[in-house]
Amino acid sequence: MAGIPVTHGLIIASLLFSLGLVGVLVRRNIIFILMSIEVMLNAAGLAFVVAGSRWSQRDGQIMFLFILAMAAAEVAVGLALILQLYHRLGTLDADGAATLRG
Amino acid sequence: METTFYAAAATAVLATALAITRTNVVHGLLYLIVSLLAVALIFFVVGAPFVAALEVIIYAGAIMVLFVFVMMLLNLGPQTVEQERRWLTPRTWIGPLVLTVVLLAELLYALASRGQATTGPVVDPQQIGIDLFGRYAIAVELASMLLLAGLIGAYHLGRRPLKRE
Repeated sequence: MAGIPVTHGLIIASLLFSLGLVGVLVRRNIIFILMSIEVMLNAAGLAFVVAGSRWSQRDGQIMFLFILAMAAAEVAVGLALILQLYHRLGTLDADGAATLRG
Repeated sequence: METTFYAAAATAVLATALAITRTNVVHGLLYLIVSLLAVALIFFVVGAPFVAALEVIIYAGAIMVLFVFVMMLLNLGPQTVEQERRWLTPRTWIGPLVLTVVLLAELLYALASRGQATTGPVVDPQQIGIDLFGRYAIAVELASMLLLAGLIGAYHLGRRPLKRE
């Protein structure tokens, strides 16, 4: 069965990762920054799964499971931080937190 | 099957690009969910159905629901009703709808082709489970500690802000 070249899967993953990176750099709304981080993690997982499927290995999928757990923990803490920031500063602008002091 | 892969990949990239350029957070979330579903379809096509199911259940399901809940917590006030009315116009949901219909067509094709939609060998969940609790047992324990730390951190940060004295 003619499979999909692993290069194409990795190109897709790198495209998605670059989009996430651009989102982190360009957007100033802190929720969009968190969403872009999710996109980047997802792209990394996609690269793992595609590479694992190329060599018929299970390890790529297992790494994706760990990325999933890490993303869940990261989102929980990140969203709690966003709520706290919004309550204190009254804004979702990441630059609003530029003057944090201890 | 190659067509399925490339269509899903194009959908994923397009939906992600639209997601990070929206000005409205909920519109961005809608596109992000479409992007995650498209990536799940890519997983299915490359022979990882277990991971594809987890992507839909945990990423597109649980994590995005968390985002939506936080949106609901943040947008308190009378302007939300007006916002809700504006969101119900077709302009806002037609984009995600079109992309989701593409994914649905691919899903129906994959179901109709009875297992011919995947390329290469399929890794079944049983093997993943055996490996996960065999060779990777320590990593599973570390992941559980990470989740516990996330739980405690989110609880600590999520309390009501302390009253200024």
